[in-house]
Order: sequence, then structure tokens, then C-alpha cells
Amino acid sequence: MTAPATPLLEVRRVTKQFPGVRALRSVNLSLGRGEVLAVIGENGAGKSTLMKILAGVQHPDSGEVRLDGAVIELRDVQAAQRHGIALIHQELNLAGNLDIGANIFLGREPARFGFVDRATIRSESAKFLAPLGLDLDPDTRVDDLPIGLQQLIEIAKALASRARVLIMDEPTSSLTQHESARLFQVIKDLRTQGVSVVYISHRLGEVKELADRVTVLRDGENAGELSRDAISHDAMVRLMVGRDVSQFYERKSHAPGEMMFEARAVRTPAHPRHEINFTLRAGEIVGLAGLVGAGRTELLQTLFGVAPAVGGELRVRGETVALRSPIDAIRSGIALVPEDRKQQGLVIEMAVSENLSLASLRRDQRGGFLNRPAEQAICDEMIPKLSIKTPSPAQPAQFLSGGNQQKVVLGKWLALAPRVLLLDEPTRGIDIGAKREIYALMDRLAAEGVAVLFVSSEMEEILGMADRVLVMHEGRLTGELSRAELGEEAVMQLATGGKKPARE
Amino acid sequence: MKKILGIFALLVAVCVVTVLFSDRFLTAYNLENVIRRTALFGIISIGVAFVIITGGIDLSIGSLICLVGCGLPWLLSVKGLPLPVALAAVLGASLLIGLAHGLLITKLRLQPFVVTLCGLLLYRGLARGLTGDQTQGFGAAHDGLRWLATGKLAVPGLGGFGVPMPCVILLFVAIAAAVFLNHTIYGRYLLALGRNEQAARYSGIDTSHMILLAYVICSGLAGLGGTLFVLDVNSAQPVDFGNFYELYAVAAAVLGGCSLRGGEGAILGVVIGAALMQVLRNMITLTGLPTHIEFAVIGAVILVGVSADEVVKRLAAKRRAAREAVVG
Repeated sequence: MTAPATPLLEVRRVTKQFPGVRALRSVNLSLGRGEVLAVIGENGAGKSTLMKILAGVQHPDSGEVRLDGAVIELRDVQAAQRHGIALIHQELNLAGNLDIGANIFLGREPARFGFVDRATIRSESAKFLAPLGLDLDPDTRVDDLPIGLQQLIEIAKALASRARVLIMDEPTSSLTQHESARLFQVIKDLRTQGVSVVYISHRLGEVKELADRVTVLRDGENAGELSRDAISHDAMVRLMVGRDVSQFYERKSHAPGEMMFEARAVRTPAHPRHEINFTLRAGEIVGLAGLVGAGRTELLQTLFGVAPAVGGELRVRGETVALRSPIDAIRSGIALVPEDRKQQGLVIEMAVSENLSLASLRRDQRGGFLNRPAEQAICDEMIPKLSIKTPSPAQPAQFLSGGNQQKVVLGKWLALAPRVLLLDEPTRGIDIGAKREIYALMDRLAAEGVAVLFVSSEMEEILGMADRVLVMHEGRLTGELSRAELGEEAVMQLATGGKKPARE
Repeated sequence: MKKILGIFALLVAVCVVTVLFSDRFLTAYNLENVIRRTALFGIISIGVAFVIITGGIDLSIGSLICLVGCGLPWLLSVKGLPLPVALAAVLGASLLIGLAHGLLITKLRLQPFVVTLCGLLLYRGLARGLTGDQTQGFGAAHDGLRWLATGKLAVPGLGGFGVPMPCVILLFVAIAAAVFLNHTIYGRYLLALGRNEQAARYSGIDTSHMILLAYVICSGLAGLGGTLFVLDVNSAQPVDFGNFYELYAVAAAVLGGCSLRGGEGAILGVVIGAALMQVLRNMITLTGLPTHIEFAVIGAVILVGVSADEVVKRLAAKRRAAREAVVG
């Protein structure tokens, strides 16, 4: 496809600074009419910030956005909508308590004498639903629809507001395979109707299937571009991580040691119907993959005693343990780096030193009194060991970058020398440098005999780091893949409820 | 620390104004009185500070003071209990009430505001019911015990001035509280869970027990305060003894740097906050302002104080942001 002389949408030298992080540095992007442009990059590469700027949610510090060659001002979401740019969020933005028609016309309700004109809504809604292959009654409540259909309603809503540019942020993160296939068909149809799509995804397989062109961001900068025939898995990964994957993910294989952790018929309070069985050995790094909402976080919370198991047996080093609270888990040598760093990982207003020592206070106490030398020793050890960049140990954690905050959370646990380390999305929202350090750290801990179980939604991370992968789907452990069986296809198959592919 | 300096400056300013408008402020008699009242309110303010640090609130303090203040003389004079038994009964009841508050808040997950609001109604009603709404007092008895509240330790070389006994008690309470808050792991736990209870729990802190402890400390100190208050004045009317004292205590804690959002607070600040409230009341009396506008004056001063604090904080945050933008 040859791009026309003036692209439909153009981003020129956009820069955006947040306190402590430069999210975007002179980023360029162009989108042709009827083009599907995939924007890819690791977490923290700046994709979301760029999309929020296009949708009018955030404003660039410098640079410009052009539509049909003319500079436009995206002051707010309404302004973006007027220009025909619609953002479809990762988390859907529908009023679930209203029906389909009301959602499609939300904020633009046709009125007769000041009353909502329901008849027009009904007939007009159908016009936007039909092209998406949706044969639905506009009076259906949105909450009653499966998530995949809700996503299509979002698209209908965007089209009804005469959107020419659809921005989709990880649209398949909570869809089944069947629902995803339907979405892809819709996107292909839209393209032939001249609608342009910016498609953000971590799933490179999807990108390969859909995209006319790929723009890669890395650390807030343009890392490169791939035209249709240059799109390949390896090329994309190389641009995303800036080097060959084999070098990026530091993973020396270690011979698994003694049995560290066993879950036997464990049932979590979130999904009490499903029994979960797995084991972790010393020196192993095991990935836990699955779609958003598959129950991975809930499983880790059960293993850490936050949401105690409602059945089954947990064993640490062969001994049955009752994990009724994080205190029990910590006593058994289990640590959890939670998904939500700011809410669960850190007391963000407190000093780096106070966060680092928080879990060790009890062990180091002197008859209830704080042991300041021990606290100091933890800082002296962890800050250089994890290369935490902070002006001083007294700096409140909130003023550190995401990567350094995450290292503080890790440091808090390493001070206790855990035997089982649970990590929930350990590299979410942190820059690429810190990511590498965390991967290297995971590898080092495994080498020291720690059993590591990590949840990740990033396929590359799972493929790059895990010795073995457990996959969950809707609360069930659907399968286990050894290093030899590991692949994007196999993981996705299990993650969407399919069967483990037969080995060739 | 900056916050404490600010509130201390405000205290000094109010003192200076009072001195300028009245020559009675610096008399030994007046100073002793102000210090005695400051100490009594300081004790209950330190108690509520612990609860506020956990992000909670205790509205029942005034009513608990009423229950203890009326209950102690009633047990002694009407029921004829021996002094140690009566003292143990009122202080024990205070601790149990704190325990009940804490259990309702941590186990049943009721909101602190609701639990202690019910306490506010309950304990005053209980006091009025027990005593038949009759004024209670020690009469001429128990002078020895009353010395704890009314007595003073003479300071040689300062004329007639002596340090009121409640001030000595406050000193012990404040030092114990400050050491607990700043030098024990439990104090650190309280500060951490007040900021972010979830993160504290995820770090292996038994947050329920710590919150429970804060409510026990608060009610315990309210019980101690109530005992001293009634020993001081020797007469407690169930209908209004201790009325609004919880608000004085909360105001002192907030003025002293506690955030109602939790996780922040320093004992020294709270004591200075309590002193500021009492000096303000004293100023109104001495300068001849009508005493019925007392609440208006105190309310206005607190509002100005916390507003100024917020403005200063915003400016500091802005300066920091500007500095970091340059660095980054």
C-alpha cells in the first residue's frame, strides 16, 4: 500500500514529560486513510501516553498533531471526537446499566421536544450495528452481553460519532479466541470502508495478521518502522528490545533443585470450583500466563495468604503449611511482589529506607524497639545491590521512577531472603533499563536456589524468562508447558481455554 | 518538624497578643491554670492522635470522660467502693470500651465515625442513667487523690509558681507516646498502615491488631483524662461533663500535624496544639471578649492554621516539581 501524499493523521516531534520520567521524546507517527497501523513497544515505551494525547486526554509539552495536513488542537476528549478520533480503552467505557442504543448515543441523544427520542435511537443504532455483523436488539442491556460483544458496541459507538480514526488499546486482552477473530474481521471491514485504525497490542501474532505497517516505540522514542512485507516476529522483537532477544532476557538455565513448594488441589476464594495443582523447585523460574481475569493474581494472593485457600493443601519444602495471612506466608519463606505497586507494594509516602525495612522490622527488633543499625544495613546492602537510584535513603518512595519503586519492593523482600518469590507483573510500567535489571535479578535469585513464580501478560517476557509455564483460563489451570513445548501459539491456545497442542 | 515550628510560632503569637492586651496572663495563678488545662487536654489529645494516625476517628471521648468523671465519684460516694477498686473499675471500663471500638472496626468492618458516634450517645446516656442525672463529686474526701490533678510541684526561685501535677503526668504520657511512635516497630507499623493499610498488610503487618491497639490507647487515655478532670473540678454533671472534649482533642491533634487521612503525626505537635487551644480560650477570657463567642474564635483560628499549612504544602510541592523538571 502506498501512503498518499498527506497522511490522514500525523504526529510530529511530540514530547511529553512527567515528573521524573520523560514519557515521549520527539515522537513521530503517521497514519494513512484506511490504514491499520500497529503501534508496539514494551510496557513503559510510551504507547499509552501517545494514544492519550491523540484522544485529548493528555497534552504534549511540545510538538504537533496534524489532521489532513492542518495542525489541530486536542484540548480535551470532546475536541478529539469532533475531529473524528476515538479511543477504545483497554477497560471498556460503557454504561453497563444502560441499553445498547443509549450507549451508542450517550451524550448525543436525539431529542424531540426535550425528551429522548427512543424510536430514532432504535432505528439509528441498527445502522451502526449491522456493518459490524451485530444482529442485536438495541434495547438489550450492555451488562448482559459478553465482553467481546461489548467491545464491538464500543466500536459502533465510535463510528456513530463519525470517527475516522479508531485507536484500540490492547483490544484483545480479555477476549476469547473466537471473539478476537470476529474483532479482526471487523477491523478488516473497517479498513475497506476507509476508516483508519491505530492498533496497540502486545500480541505479535495479531499484529502480523492485521497491520499494514508497524511503528515501534522504545523508551519514549521512535525505535523504527516496518512496512507490511517486513513485518516478522523477530524484526518486531528486535526493534522493541533494541537487541536480539537472547541477549535481552538473561536466563541461564539451572538444574532444578529440591522441591520448594507444592499446591495440591488448592482452591482459591475467587474460583472455588477449580482445584489447582503445581510444584515449584529450587532454582526454577516458572511463568504463569493467561488472559486478564484468568485468576492469576487471585492465585498468587492465595499462595501469599492474602486471600486464604478455601481447600486443598500447600507444602513448603515438604511440610504442610496453613497460609491464613501474609504473616504466615512470610514465616514460611514466601514473598509476593504485588501487581499494584502503589497500593500494595509500597507505602509510597514513606522513605525508601522505611519501605525497604518494613517487612524485616519484626525479625530485627530489639524487644519491640526499632533496630536502626539493622535498618541502615538493609539500605546499605539493597540500594547498591539493586542499583536503586535515589538521592538518599530518606527520599519518599513516591518521587522515584516506576522501575526504582519496583526495586524497592524487591529489596524489601530480598532483605528477608525468601525461598519462594512470587512476582505479579514484575515489569509493568517500568522502563527498559530497569526491566533488564529485574530479569537479571530473577535469574540470579534462581541461581541462588530461590523458586520463582511470575505472572506476566507480556508474551515475550514469558517466553524469554520461564523454564516452565503454567497457563490459566477462567480460574482453571489449563495446562503446563515445558521449555521445549513453549511458544506463543501454545500459550495462547491454553490461555483461551483450548487444548495443549500435540507435540510434533 | 516544619509543621511543629509553624504551630509553635502560632502559639507564641497568640501568647504575645494576650500579654499585650492583658497584664494578668503572665501571673503565676493564670499560667498554672492554663498549663493544668493544657495538660489535661493534652493527655486526651495524644490518645486521639493514635487513632487519627491509623486513619480513624474517635468521637466518643467526651462521653467517655463523662462516664468516667461521673462514674468514679458515684462508685466511691454512692456505691461505697474502696478507692483502688473504683479506680480499677473506671480505667478498666475505658480500656474495654476501646477494645470494643477496635473490634467493631477491625472485625465487623464498621466505620470508625459510626462506631464512636454511637459511643458518644451511648456513654453519656449510660452516665446519666447510672447516676440518675445527679451531679457527682467527692465532697471533702479523697484530697490525697485529688492532689494528682490540683496539686503542684513548687519550683524554687520562681515566686509562687509551681508545675501543676497534670503537667507532670502529661510529661510521662507524652514521652511514652513519642517513644512508642518513633522508636518501636509498632509505632512504625501504625504510621505505615495509616498511610496504606493494604501495603502494610502485604508486608506482613498485623494491621487489625495495631488498629485495635490504637483504639485501646485512645480510650485508655480518655479514661485517665476523665479521672483527672473530675479530680480537678470535684463536680461532674452527667448532662454536660466533658461535652465537646472530643472535638478539642481532635482539633489539637490536627493542629499539631496529624492528618485525618492517616499516617502522619507527632506527639510534640499534638501537645502544642492542645496548648494553643487553651491559650486561645484564656485570651478570650482575659481580653474581655464575650466568652460565648469562644467556639467561633477557636474555629476561625484552626481554619486559618490548617489552610495556611495546606497552602505552604502546595507551594513546596510546586517548587519540588519545578526543580525535578529542570533536573529531568
